[in-house]
Amino acid sequence: MSKLAELRSTRWAAWLPAIIAVVAVALFPLFRPPLDATMSDVIQALAYVVMALGLNIVVGFAGLLDLGYVAFYAFGALAAGWFASDHFSKVNGGEGVHIGVSEFVTTAFPQGIHVSFLLIMIGAIIVTAVAGAVIGLPTLRLRGDYIAIVTLAFGEIISRFAANGDEVVIKGYALSNGRESISPIDQLNLPLVGEFDSATNLRLYFWLALALVLVVLFVNFRLRDSRLGRAWIALREDEVAAASMGVPLVRTKLTAYAIGATFGGIAGAFLGVYNNSVNANQFQFGISIFLLAMVILGGLGSIWGVVIGAVLLSFVNTYVIPDVLDKGSFNNLLSDVGLDFTFGEIKFGVFGFILVLMMVLRPQGLLPERRRAIELTEGTGGDDAIVETRA
Amino acid sequence: MSEPETNGTTSKLSTEGVSKIFGGLVAVDSVDFEIAPRSIVSIIGPNGAGKTTFFNMLTGLYKPSTGRIMFDGRDITGTRPDKITAFGVARTFQNIRLFSTMSAVENVMVGQHARMTGGMFSSILRTPGVRREEREVREQAREMLDYVGLRVAEFDQVSSNLSYGDQRRVEIARALASDPSLLLLDEPTAGMNPNESARLTEFMERLRDEKNLTILLIEHDMKVVMGVSQHITVLDHGEKIAEGLPREIRENERVVEAYLGKSTGD
Repeated sequence: MSKLAELRSTRWAAWLPAIIAVVAVALFPLFRPPLDATMSDVIQALAYVVMALGLNIVVGFAGLLDLGYVAFYAFGALAAGWFASDHFSKVNGGEGVHIGVSEFVTTAFPQGIHVSFLLIMIGAIIVTAVAGAVIGLPTLRLRGDYIAIVTLAFGEIISRFAANGDEVVIKGYALSNGRESISPIDQLNLPLVGEFDSATNLRLYFWLALALVLVVLFVNFRLRDSRLGRAWIALREDEVAAASMGVPLVRTKLTAYAIGATFGGIAGAFLGVYNNSVNANQFQFGISIFLLAMVILGGLGSIWGVVIGAVLLSFVNTYVIPDVLDKGSFNNLLSDVGLDFTFGEIKFGVFGFILVLMMVLRPQGLLPERRRAIELTEGTGGDDAIVETRA
Repeated sequence: MSEPETNGTTSKLSTEGVSKIFGGLVAVDSVDFEIAPRSIVSIIGPNGAGKTTFFNMLTGLYKPSTGRIMFDGRDITGTRPDKITAFGVARTFQNIRLFSTMSAVENVMVGQHARMTGGMFSSILRTPGVRREEREVREQAREMLDYVGLRVAEFDQVSSNLSYGDQRRVEIARALASDPSLLLLDEPTAGMNPNESARLTEFMERLRDEKNLTILLIEHDMKVVMGVSQHITVLDHGEKIAEGLPREIRENERVVEAYLGKSTGD
């Protein structure tokens, strides 16, 4: 028994740094004004962490290269746009539908569908899980690079769909407002906590984003150390052997796609509400690559690595590039030698440069998963045979 | 676990006219084949005779172009590999195909996948049922590794760090973990010295007797084949050219021809 107690205490000890970090992050907003640029950067970073962790399930665990992850962000954000705004203005004879929203929303926005944030979240989860499975289907018989191409196309289809949705009119309602925004979107209103407007107070958004990250982290860890997680890794390592050991390929891959997509939907719905607007410019192909870069930077398949990668790249994006590289002495230096561009204009060049640096200096990622480190140094089994039996 | 149901058949596994055609190449040409329950039988033949292709059809990796495969009185022609595994067929591979970044124990745990029930939601919540199952499966995996003779110190080693012989052991343990009634071994003694081969031969007999297994074996080492098999089938160019008791096969002219070539003398 004492041995068990010992084991338990060592397990807690291993979690201690993570717990301290979480508490520190949770207290952070109390030391900042309610409306604060740094806080908004952190919220953005936390949302990226959620998405990167979702992508990590597909790419890192199951080994299915997905270049169209932005599609799930789009679905989540559109869910917020559709069900928490005036978008469907003539619904219910112009009187709108209000479910679980505050008095303020009901009186200020009498038209359209206004649904409680929690319900939107659930809706976004369901929609993106289905969308994830749907994008999974055509890739089932493909491998490696070919999966990447199909998912890339899928991501593009969804973002075109969002961009041109203003011309797809069904029963008098456009699917989206295209490049124009669906706005305003109902502000966060949680049971017990009350209503918070992102225009005046970011704290609740911050804590909500942190809570989402924690939930997603929890799910990631639990799944990784489960029957399903082992099946994903087996699949990534050797599909043929996995199938021969009783792992159903189709179902296992589709669950990876669906769960990964779900996290994108969660983050999307959150960002939709947080940004107070949803428009097609938010769903660019670059986001998919940006997220993939986070996963690779942190270490494919490594949960903590991905968290670090996402936070770092997000800060490069929202802080380092606009506030350090493009301001002050560094920018003056550039213009002195006659280079009149800003780093904001060549953002993806900066990210690409970081990735190249990583590939040279530390290809396994900042905080590699034990397995990946092995794979990179010793390689995995061949991929010669294919499973022929149809799903 | 499904004990062999005697649905009018007495064979563990049988095939009728099974062929596999890749483009213009007939890799396996209408092979009829049968294995009696609780026996050890071998398929032999020169390289490229279609033995592994035949194996891949039995385990569902390839779909037969023609013919029928019955296992325990159940038609498994073209069934998905994971389902066939769940029915009770397990295999090893000619070139070891362990999940190289997983530990020995984890490899064996994957082998138990089909016998486990933990779903997505229960795994996230880690329900008492899932907790218990995980613990049991881990325990069984360790027992299985012990059974195949892996040293305890190697249990948590990443499988790519194990020696060749140990990797073979883990692969067999992984196959056994799915609780099969039929075990297919694809050249299990490849790369082993005579001593190790002899030990493996003994081990196969032990498996048959202790675990009630039927074993089908592809093998090149004639000493192993002749020593352990109750029945031998010979394939050449995808066709079955002979079958019978080891003694009969040894004396069969066509078999000798297939292996050594036709004598050209008068």
